[in-house]
Amino acid sequence: MSTRRDYSLVGLDGERAQRNGLAGAQWYACQVPRKTLKELMQRTDGPAIRDTLLWFGLLGLSGTLGCLTWGTWLAVPCFLVYGVLYGSASDSRWHECGHGTAFKTHWMNQAVYQIACFMILREPTVWRWSHARHHTDTLVVGRDPEINVQRPPSVFKLLVNFFALKSGAETIGKLFVHAVGRVTAEEVTFIPETEGWKIAIVARVYLAIFTGVIAWCIWAGSILPAMLIGLPTFYGAFLAVFFSLTQHAGLAEDVLDHRLNSRTVYMNPMFRFVYWNMNYHVEHHMFPLVPYHALPKLHEAIKADCPPPYRGCLEAYREVLPALARQIRDPNHFIRRPTPTATPT
Amino acid sequence: MTATWVDACDVNDVDPEDVRRFDHGGRTYAVYRTAEGEVFATDGLCTHEKTHLAGGLVMDGIIECPKHNGRFDFRTGKAMGAPACIDLKTYPAKVENGRILVSLD
Repeated sequence: MSTRRDYSLVGLDGERAQRNGLAGAQWYACQVPRKTLKELMQRTDGPAIRDTLLWFGLLGLSGTLGCLTWGTWLAVPCFLVYGVLYGSASDSRWHECGHGTAFKTHWMNQAVYQIACFMILREPTVWRWSHARHHTDTLVVGRDPEINVQRPPSVFKLLVNFFALKSGAETIGKLFVHAVGRVTAEEVTFIPETEGWKIAIVARVYLAIFTGVIAWCIWAGSILPAMLIGLPTFYGAFLAVFFSLTQHAGLAEDVLDHRLNSRTVYMNPMFRFVYWNMNYHVEHHMFPLVPYHALPKLHEAIKADCPPPYRGCLEAYREVLPALARQIRDPNHFIRRPTPTATPT
Repeated sequence: MTATWVDACDVNDVDPEDVRRFDHGGRTYAVYRTAEGEVFATDGLCTHEKTHLAGGLVMDGIIECPKHNGRFDFRTGKAMGAPACIDLKTYPAKVENGRILVSLD
């Protein structure tokens, strides 16, 4: 018999997870010699500076071309590129810089983190703590605030979120709550009280920027300013959502082994530039200190102890889509990944 | 009062710019060695979510927690920012006759 689970962080499943020792538990980790791991964890600024200059350069170029061709059909491909760089590439940038691993220099991580958070409309303080919990309790129901496909899946929510309409609308609603110094009951469970002032300040800054962009549009009599700031979070989100569904969708909940609830998917160099190697997701969850540029080497080091990686997004989606379709009828269904070694109990 | 020094490990058990776990009296500690050969000691668990710091990255006087990347200055114990918000307890450490000694008083 299928039972509907309570994904809220203040519900019965969260309490059950704590009682059952699933909260803050010890997770399986593949054996990697300390010397190798130390080498993989080493920080350097070079790759992230190169990638960030390229990212900003392409944003500037595509945005400028979009403005110059505005009003013609040529603006469509320009803003398609701009939107993907703004609304999708920012996903991996906030993520890696939030972990503090992209750059060696701390302020560079902080600066890119703040910019990328704004682009993808994720409040930096809220998401820093939410993501810490996601790593503590990955896909533990009632504990992980970042389970993006809950069972049974909602096709409508999944589809509208390809343009960030669900996540974006929720965040805009929360900006008004945060701006007056409040946080939600769920946020209280993973954000320390001392962080409240930061949340309030950022929410006010975000709202001020959006108000300014709207005023600029009215003054200019055009939506072009919003096409550059604000709207690309939505019209450019689809690639990030396409990638992110490969991370965990359809896999096991409430297990303490990232090999069972995360996917590593091989991607082409262009996708990996946009996604900053987050496609090596098992590796990232198991060893979050390893920078994105070292994840392919980490993958080589542990792949013998991991399920076979997916040879591309299509192979991953050939598994994900039927599983989600089945979960609509049977929420207890999930994909069982084969592991070379069993998870210790 | 005279400090009591506890033998933690051989100095060569900790590489330069690295950390090692050290358990004593039912508690866990972390001993560090800098690139210059100085040694330091702190509590062994991250103040954020009690992860063993010995699996983390040592870099320029900073230990980064292997689970959530919380950062501490292991020379002073100071937490360097979210999610590490509570300072680490530090302990005096020294090298004598090739051994790292820690004062746990």
